[in-house]
Amino acid sequence: MKAIQKLGLGIFLVGLGVFISLIFLGSYQVTTSGLEQFVANKGIKSELFIDQMKETVVGEEFTNPFEFSSKVTSALNFANEIHKKNNEWGKVIWDKPHSFSYQLAKEFGAGIVKENKGLFWWLTFGLGIIGALLFIIPNVILLGSKGIKNNGVYHSVATNGKSWLGWMVFVFLVSFYLLLYFAPDYIVNWTYVVDPISESLSGNLASQWFLYGFLYCSVMTVMAIRMYIKYRHNNYQISRTTSVLFFQIVFAFLIPEILVRFEKPWYDFKNAFPLDYDFFFKWNLDQLLASGGFGLFVLVWGIVLTLVIVPIMVYFFGKRWYCSWVCGCGGLAETLGDPYRQLSNKSLKAWNFERYIIHSVLVFALIMTGFTLYSYLSGSQEVLRIKTQTIQDIYGFLIGAIFAGVIGTGFYPIFGNRVWCRFGCPLAAYMGIVQRFKSRFRITTNGGQCISCGNCSTYCEQGIDVRAYAQKGENIVRASCVGCGICSAVCPRGVLKLENGPENGRINPNDILLGNDVDLIALINQK
Amino acid sequence: MKHIVIIGNGISGVTTARHIRKLSTNKITIISTESEFFFSRTALMYVYMGHMKFEHTQPYENWFWKKNNIELKQAFVEKVNSEEKQLVFSSGKTMNYDKLVIATGSKPNKFGWPGQDLEAVMGMYHKQDLESLEKYAPNNKICKRAVIVGGGLIGIEMVEMLRSRDIPVTFLVRESSFWNGVLPTEESEIINRHIKEHHIDLRLNCNLKEILADENGKARAVIVAETGEEIPCDVVGLTAGVSPNISFLKDSGIELGRGIKVNHFLETNIKNIYAIGDCAEQHEAIDQRRPIEAVWYTGRMMAETLAQTICGNRTQYKPGHWFNSAKFLDLEYQTYGWVWAQPKENEARFYWEHKGGKKCIHINYDKNTREFIGINTFGIRMRHEFFDKILTKKQPIEYVLEHLSDANFDPEFYKLHEKEIVSKFNKENNTNIQLKKKSWKRIFNLQA
Repeated sequence: MKAIQKLGLGIFLVGLGVFISLIFLGSYQVTTSGLEQFVANKGIKSELFIDQMKETVVGEEFTNPFEFSSKVTSALNFANEIHKKNNEWGKVIWDKPHSFSYQLAKEFGAGIVKENKGLFWWLTFGLGIIGALLFIIPNVILLGSKGIKNNGVYHSVATNGKSWLGWMVFVFLVSFYLLLYFAPDYIVNWTYVVDPISESLSGNLASQWFLYGFLYCSVMTVMAIRMYIKYRHNNYQISRTTSVLFFQIVFAFLIPEILVRFEKPWYDFKNAFPLDYDFFFKWNLDQLLASGGFGLFVLVWGIVLTLVIVPIMVYFFGKRWYCSWVCGCGGLAETLGDPYRQLSNKSLKAWNFERYIIHSVLVFALIMTGFTLYSYLSGSQEVLRIKTQTIQDIYGFLIGAIFAGVIGTGFYPIFGNRVWCRFGCPLAAYMGIVQRFKSRFRITTNGGQCISCGNCSTYCEQGIDVRAYAQKGENIVRASCVGCGICSAVCPRGVLKLENGPENGRINPNDILLGNDVDLIALINQK
Repeated sequence: MKHIVIIGNGISGVTTARHIRKLSTNKITIISTESEFFFSRTALMYVYMGHMKFEHTQPYENWFWKKNNIELKQAFVEKVNSEEKQLVFSSGKTMNYDKLVIATGSKPNKFGWPGQDLEAVMGMYHKQDLESLEKYAPNNKICKRAVIVGGGLIGIEMVEMLRSRDIPVTFLVRESSFWNGVLPTEESEIINRHIKEHHIDLRLNCNLKEILADENGKARAVIVAETGEEIPCDVVGLTAGVSPNISFLKDSGIELGRGIKVNHFLETNIKNIYAIGDCAEQHEAIDQRRPIEAVWYTGRMMAETLAQTICGNRTQYKPGHWFNSAKFLDLEYQTYGWVWAQPKENEARFYWEHKGGKKCIHINYDKNTREFIGINTFGIRMRHEFFDKILTKKQPIEYVLEHLSDANFDPEFYKLHEKEIVSKFNKENNTNIQLKKKSWKRIFNLQA
């Protein structure tokens, strides 16, 4: 069995190696006629840009994406600068330079990967998935009889949070997100690999976002299988893992792609504002309003989801209904991130930091949206002399890309799997306020049974010091709890249970625990 | 302001300190030899198994003590000089107290086995035991086999620890079935089976005769008393129970039995000296409890009580209904009320076991009055509040079965067996009990 695991790990690493090396394969060559056609399609009016392209890019063969990207983006920046100086606003190309360069690279890229998309899918995704499964599935036998199996979590270089391997995974994830968000033109070859799948769904070639979506679903599926094996004794874990996987694959991936096939706007029905922070952006509203009845339905649905469905569901079930049953970020955290859950910081300091940061993000999201809607309705470009566009860009860059992506996932192997959900997500902040003050959800502490062992706190991905409540016989009611249920699973004494019950008595601070002298309990609790 | 000195920073000592701090501004000092900060002894096993780091076993962050003005002192108390109200440390220094709380816990039993003090022979109680196990059994190359002597809760924990590193283990248990002095046969059998399923060499009816040393004075094998068999091993775990850790009190004038003798107010024979937790021994046992209760929960309860006394409200230790829990490898066990290994004369039993052989419930009730006396459960979690109230109200077994859904504390989406359980009872007893649906209202009133 161990040999199979080693083989699996080897295959996985080969797949990963091929995947990384794809960046450096292939070539990029733009022809004059090709450029003219591209320019015509995009409606580009800048002769300066076209000349510059002809001079530095056309006819030349680039053997890596970096040089190609650098030439294209500098041509673009060069032209834009002059046009802006001359107030020739019609000629400015407003695309982000690397996105623009991505479009060219996607079209004019050539070579072995583009010619053998299927083969390279198998050499990257195929090997990765097969290898990972060979690594994971033998655990059905290796883990022994059903039950909590956290043996060696803190002995393993992969999961102890302080090892070279953790930092390597960190570097890989951060680099991946940086490329995805800021240099998609470097990873054109990755998108070729998933072109056939994209075409079969939406009819279009794959964008970097399609690649991300497909990769996301693949990773979640493989790691969900790991969850099923690890927690096969626990129906709560199995149910919620199935649920997040379903919502990711169907709602976040398939439905939006199929909508595009039917010429509707790409929309993820479960992605609620303010997590979906650009829902009220002008381009989105315009697109929805231009999409007839469907667009209007999406608009109303999006608003109702945030204002009605989310709080009502949180009232009845706690924010877990979203965070660990539906959400994509939560879905990745609960599958890919599960091996890292113990790394979240449990100190009081971290809790204080968390409350400042996450609520600031919520406030920021609301102010940004306020600016957006004011601009949309009034037609003015700025509010209080601040450009709406600027504040949107700052939010998109800092929160949307850096916090949610680069930090949120990149730091899994260092700070645990819920960095974004705990410190950054504005939707989580909003639901947390509802959960804390108006909800039926709590984690019930079972009378006096706690022995303060600390498994619950150690494995809380949200950094809640669960034990601090349990050892006082007190229920756990915390804004940040996403209801993953792992504290209850790892408890060796059956102390914790996630429940939805009457609000009355939900918060029950105790000084003396059940099991002691009843008169003493009465005396103390009177005070 | 009085100076209250507590010897021992386990759950009893620390709980006392916390409650005294809530009730007063007295000066509080906690003395420990074992560790600087309070940690949960029950969690030591998880450190060796790699579930946690040692710091995770500490329920309070390190700043907690200073913030609450509780002084921590790492020192070994060699003598208590009660006449001068003074402690003498091994360093020769002294400390004066106004009130002294002794909460020094237990130490592993050793029954005079030849070789019991050899190297690589250890209990699993103190932080130092953990360090020593890490030293002698870091993996299955250095420790090719371990022998654990004594089939109690610590014994099976130590077995589980070693198995987590794939170290072969031989488990010598004196009894004819695991822990059958406490558990009825059926439960004990489940554990026997489960132990073997984990590839543990369980030897029932076996006692240790002696431990053999190698040329360096380290254990190399044990000899089984019954068979004379020599079992080669690299580590020997002695887990044949614990006894009060009180040897430093020999000449203190404090009355000692097996433990420190206390009355129901947890007072010793000397004024202003109290003893709580594992090291305290009641003159007369309370209800059906043992005179020495070496259990986490009782240590905490004694501490909650004693803090009242120390702060001026003299309070008797009157624990409520008995409860306990444990985990045997993958099997969770809970108990509420009393289910003796052997039924008493007035008692009847109802037992249900799941076909998988890993879940069961065992209810003890009065044959004549039908009053519920206690329940054991394996693999099914139960609600403490529910049974506490049932025991207080002296409800009959029929009531318990009817309301089993209220009692269940398993995580959501778990398979429930209540119908099956009730129908088995009906069949065996010719009754017609109908299971009631779970009611939040009832559960909630139960809590009041």
